[in-house]
Amino acid sequence: MTIYYNFAYLDEGTKKKIRRTLLKAVAIPGHQIPFASREMPLPYGWGTGGIQVTAAVIGPEDILKVIDQGSDDTTNAVSIRNFFRSTTGVRTTTSTREATLIQTRHRIPETPLHAGQILVYQVPMPEPLFKLEPRVSETIALHAMADYSLMYLKLYDQITRYGRIAIGYEYPVIVHDRYLTSPSPIPAYDVPKMHMSPALQLFGAGREKRLYAIPPYTRVIPLDFTDYPFDPVNTRQPCALCGAVESYKDEIVIDDAGNRQFICSDTDFCEHRR
Amino acid sequence: MSYRPVPILMARDLTLSFGTLRALESVSLEIYPGEVLAIVGESGSGKTTLLNTLYGVLAPGAGEVRFGENGELDRCVQTLPRQQLRHLHRSAWGYVHQNPRDALRMEITAGGNIVERLMAAGEKHYGTLREKALFWLQKVEIDPKRIDDLPTTFSGGMQQRLQIARTLISHPYLLFMDEPTSGLDVSVQAGLLDLLRNLVSEQRMAVILVTHDLAVARLLAGRIAVMQRGRIIETGVTDQVLDDPQHPYTQLLVSSVLPA
Repeated sequence: MTIYYNFAYLDEGTKKKIRRTLLKAVAIPGHQIPFASREMPLPYGWGTGGIQVTAAVIGPEDILKVIDQGSDDTTNAVSIRNFFRSTTGVRTTTSTREATLIQTRHRIPETPLHAGQILVYQVPMPEPLFKLEPRVSETIALHAMADYSLMYLKLYDQITRYGRIAIGYEYPVIVHDRYLTSPSPIPAYDVPKMHMSPALQLFGAGREKRLYAIPPYTRVIPLDFTDYPFDPVNTRQPCALCGAVESYKDEIVIDDAGNRQFICSDTDFCEHRR
Repeated sequence: MSYRPVPILMARDLTLSFGTLRALESVSLEIYPGEVLAIVGESGSGKTTLLNTLYGVLAPGAGEVRFGENGELDRCVQTLPRQQLRHLHRSAWGYVHQNPRDALRMEITAGGNIVERLMAAGEKHYGTLREKALFWLQKVEIDPKRIDDLPTTFSGGMQQRLQIARTLISHPYLLFMDEPTSGLDVSVQAGLLDLLRNLVSEQRMAVILVTHDLAVARLLAGRIAVMQRGRIIETGVTDQVLDDPQHPYTQLLVSSVLPA
């Protein structure tokens, strides 16, 4: 027996409701909007939020790229790509330049995005204040009042303990000079790419049932102190495969003797340079 | 022309019930700039309920609390938008809890605790925040070397002084205190009272002090209000009320103090 799914798996009503929520999210940049997250055929934490956003916005003409930690060929990326190929029949690609829709986990591609592209983030925890304030009702009030001294308290404490702001990933940002927003667990190194990006950035948190968005050409400013400015960490080692210095690297153990290599985490970027 | 001071806060006919329990029965009072008013009475007489109603975290069933800084009681706690009330709580007003753990962030260092209000007010320079934290640690007589220690490593008296530094750093003109010395042993209490008295006169704050300890009231307060079963039954200058109590309940309260 053959099972026929609707285009992009979800039914049209559900996709329409998600798109309506996304419109609201785009209208209030960086503000989390609740949505009726659906059960998806993959576990929470594997990208159920991102996959619903992609399903809601994908069309027959789209060219889809899916990356996981910058890579096109890890399990999560391959399964989500296959999922959309079989439920939509759209073309897929590994090229950042060619793709019209990119679903990502934990990275922004090295190749600059261009106008018309949509970047969909998989978000485990949309609330940047959740480790500082456990009550959801209180975090909502803090957002409403734009009171983000709690996050500054965290930065203060980090400088006090470590001599610098030691947030390596999920670096808190202020979107459009208003909402404190989690950029999802991308490296702090990627955060400047979000600022004034020509691409539309959409964020889906499936388990937490929240969507948010950063429209094209929107200000995205990392939180910092005037005397301790935002200063993300990256290795100065060149990529062992393509020699790139500026790209973000994975440190990989290559043998039982514990030898290591730094390799671009963005596989598409690395392959084009070789 | 005679000088008539204008109150900075005035409560009119506050009434509050918890179910069938009448916690406040048409309570009225005024606070004048720079004065310390003690609210005394036995446990369950409504002192803390009154304090929290004046502060705006409990809503009265009837009556209102008006306040203002410039000689006009032009704002009302009960109708103030939540955002403005919060702003008031984080800058121009302060609240010192009986248990410092209710106010301190125990997982954040002492310095961080002290400067939180400054960061809320927009201070974004780490060096400046450190300077202010050190300054206030010294002011409340905590060794500046403890700036990067967690409050969990502090004694009860030090935690209370830390809470006071954290509250006073924004220079509030009105301070609410709920039994600030009650959890401390007698010698620590004496030191803290001394410190509070100096800070209050130096910062020229008005203070509403809730205490069941008449000795604390006598030491800090210029005026005193005695509560019984949700009513203010007697009010006046501290020495007058404590030395020549008029109401039978106040007489009982004063006579029940153990001789020192």
